[in-house]
Amino acid sequence: MSAPLLSVRELKVVVGGRHILHGVDLDVAPAGVTALLGRNGAGKTTTVRGILGLVPRSGSVRYDGHETVGMTTHQLVRRGIGYVPEDRGVFAALTVAENLRLAERDADPAYDLVHELFPELRQRARQAAGTLSGGQQQMVAIGRTLLNRSNRLIIADEPTKGLAPRVVTEVAVALERAAQAVPILLVEQNLALVRRLAGHCVVVADGRTAHAGPAAELLADAEKSRTLLGVGRRADAATGPGGDR
Amino acid sequence: MNVPAVNVASLLRRWWPVPALVVLVLLPYSALPLPGLLDGPIGSPGSLQLLALCLVFGALATGYDLLLGRTGLLSFGHALYFAAGTYATDLMLTQAGLGFWPAAGLGLLSGVVLATLLGSVSLRMTGIGFAMVTLAFAQAGSILVQRDPGGVTGGEEGLAATGLPGSLVGIQHTANLYWIALAYLVVTLVSVRWTVRSPIGRVWEGIRENERRVEVLGLRPYGFKLVAFVLAGTLAALGGVVYLLLTGGATPQTTTSDFTLSLLVMVVLGGSGTRWGPLVGGVLYTWAQHRLASLAGSGTIAGLPSVLRVPLSQPLFLLGVLFVIVVYALPGGVAGLPARVRARTVSRSVPRGVQA
Amino acid sequence: MSTVVLLCITGLGLGALYFLVASGLSLIFGLMDVLNFAHGALLSVGAYATWWAASHSFGYPLALLFGTAVGTLASVALELGLIRPLYRRPREQVLATVGVGLAVPALLSAIWGADARTFPVPGALAGTFTLLGASVPVNRLVLIGAALVVLLALRLFLGRTRHGLVVRAGVEDRAMVTALGIDVRRAFTLVFAIGGAAAALAGGLAGLYFGSVDPTQGGSLLIFGFVVVVMGGLGSVSGAAVACVVVGLVQQFANYYSTAGLGDLSVVVMLAALLLVRPSGLTGRLA
Ligand SMILES: Nc1ncnc2c1ncn2[C@@H]1O[C@H](COP(=O)(O)OP(=O)(O)OP(=O)(O)O)[C@@H](O)[C@H]1O
Ligand SMILES: [Mg+2]
Repeated sequence: MSAPLLSVRELKVVVGGRHILHGVDLDVAPAGVTALLGRNGAGKTTTVRGILGLVPRSGSVRYDGHETVGMTTHQLVRRGIGYVPEDRGVFAALTVAENLRLAERDADPAYDLVHELFPELRQRARQAAGTLSGGQQQMVAIGRTLLNRSNRLIIADEPTKGLAPRVVTEVAVALERAAQAVPILLVEQNLALVRRLAGHCVVVADGRTAHAGPAAELLADAEKSRTLLGVGRRADAATGPGGDR
Repeated sequence: MNVPAVNVASLLRRWWPVPALVVLVLLPYSALPLPGLLDGPIGSPGSLQLLALCLVFGALATGYDLLLGRTGLLSFGHALYFAAGTYATDLMLTQAGLGFWPAAGLGLLSGVVLATLLGSVSLRMTGIGFAMVTLAFAQAGSILVQRDPGGVTGGEEGLAATGLPGSLVGIQHTANLYWIALAYLVVTLVSVRWTVRSPIGRVWEGIRENERRVEVLGLRPYGFKLVAFVLAGTLAALGGVVYLLLTGGATPQTTTSDFTLSLLVMVVLGGSGTRWGPLVGGVLYTWAQHRLASLAGSGTIAGLPSVLRVPLSQPLFLLGVLFVIVVYALPGGVAGLPARVRARTVSRSVPRGVQA
Repeated sequence: MSTVVLLCITGLGLGALYFLVASGLSLIFGLMDVLNFAHGALLSVGAYATWWAASHSFGYPLALLFGTAVGTLASVALELGLIRPLYRRPREQVLATVGVGLAVPALLSAIWGADARTFPVPGALAGTFTLLGASVPVNRLVLIGAALVVLLALRLFLGRTRHGLVVRAGVEDRAMVTALGIDVRRAFTLVFAIGGAAAALAGGLAGLYFGSVDPTQGGSLLIFGFVVVVMGGLGSVSGAAVACVVVGLVQQFANYYSTAGLGDLSVVVMLAALLLVRPSGLTGRLA
């Protein structure tokens, strides 16, 4: 594998005096999807938030060859990161169009791509995002990251959580499409989706990296995926219950 | 190894408040001069009066910190309960013609009732909303007292107390007032310490840390917060009664939001959420305010150029600036100072400078 | 009838002052979680700067402009100098504003004295005009007009500009705004500038309304600003606009038809009643 685009070493996060991450290591390949896996409460969301500087962190986060732990979130994001947070992070009081406009960083935003993937967003442009269904909100959240062609990394935290199967497929298509152009760090509980999209995977458990390797290899090993991910034979079952935040 | 010496040291570490209290009790008998700190010898009426005020405000700040530092409630209406104690007692004396003790009892009771009523309404809000509502209520009390629609509070003039017992009036009895102030401080410190270490206190701590988690445990924070609010209000009302004795009357300044803000300043100055911090802050603040005021009135400042003289003539300006400095430079207040010094000497902390 | 008209206009004039104070408070709180206790001090800075300029033979409009500019600068300096370094420590930010709120009025009274100074009201604004039989002071109309202009400008700013969009989004979720690559701290400075300008404008207009300036004016108007902000819903400019009209009118009518002081009291009682029914205020949203 060529030099990773994002390289995290010994990432530690303390929130409110509680040590949540004790040292996460992970690499995101410069192409394709890297899956970040782990049981509920393992620290996946905290890892992502730590990478982005949304929680105080220590350790090393090298992005595109530069150390970013001293940067603020907006400085890092402006270097070309699109983020789909776990709770979708749409602004409920803003319209769909306003939510998208807020995310514009490029001079020439890719509305054509967003509207092609999610035609509903065009029809509902003037609707308040808070009144959208969960699936539609997720489309807004993903649409925001696809809008900037200059993005060089997308970080998506459980983009299919709580969605109906039809919408999961729609989201998966969008991610697959995006992954052709931009590498993705994908937190995902839906292992069928991981199998379909991810090349590499990293597993965190109790705030540490517990495993890293090709995704297909891990998912093929029933014993290993049971101990690491806490899933049984029906590994392809729908997503788990919503995580706590 | 000298085993008894170690025991004495550890005994002292645990029990030092007892000898400290003994010293405080005996202060009125001391003729020691403290030039610079106090105008006259410690036992002189002027000094005892100032010391007593310092103790009252130290205690008041300690009670206020029950809300701010222990439960995480930012109340901007604490002056109301203090003033309730002062004014209600005063009114019972002057209007109803009651004796001092029944008047004081009723004054205290009115503080309790008021805190229960208004606390139960205010606590429907959380965070800053709560702060604003308590502020509004206190403002209502302040308006009532100052506009004086019923013609009983004396309005802007304040209301001098009458019918106080002879042993609590007059310059020759200042020591008695001092002891009462000291007793009030002890009562406050003991009740705060006792409740903070009780199971209720642990729930308060949980509420301060993370209110949602307390809810998840199946407890309703509302009731616990109300207990803290009423207890703090009661202690404030008691302080109001003591203050009435000390100053011989009620003044509308004690009803204002500025009065509550000065309590906030004391607590933060000393160190919020610590055992002794609010006391230290209250004592320091009260002492500084009096010294600065007498300094401003003295000839020392009159000779300075106006750039210095003008701001120095305003104690509130200096205290406001000092407060901002403390917020910046001393996040833990004065009480956090020893720990900071120790941390600095033991290990150079990692520089947390974040370069852009 | 003429009394009712006069009370209405005066109540609306007072409400206009409250709105100018509350709109900035509400935006600053909504975006930054900072309850700005220095807002009254900003008002006083504006009031004294306007008074100073007006008594140095600037015309009133120019003096008002000068006062507003000084207040805006003071507010920006406050944000950049004291608030920003305490980013992520909202409680300390509030405490810093408390310190400023104590120090500034004390400084003003050290320089110009604690007593009220007569405000030089220009002839054109000193008079009255007749409306439905009532003789109404002209300055009330100036206040109401100024508040309406500010309300309109704020709505346009929030609804039509990118900065306004950032502010509205930040009120909802600051962290997510930064995660979109936007430096939300710029918006902080911006709302402080807007809030400081509105408060300083209120200060200059308060001189007109009360006929004098004194160091405590800011503090007492601030309290009613708080009431308006809570009633209107934290972070909502439109809510503040509705609430200030209610508060101003109730206060005037109650003060007139009962003992003076009861109006101020009834406002607070109203606030308590409202919170009992609707703990989130009139609205929970931004304009
Ligand atoms: N702000 C916080 N305060 C206290 N604990 C927290 C906080 N944020 C996260 N945690 C704890 O840290 C642990 C990891 O949380 P995190 O959200 O990263 O897990 P996750 O792997 O994303 O889980 P899920 O699959 O349910 O989304 C959990 O035990 C959580 O309770
Ligand atoms: Mg998660």
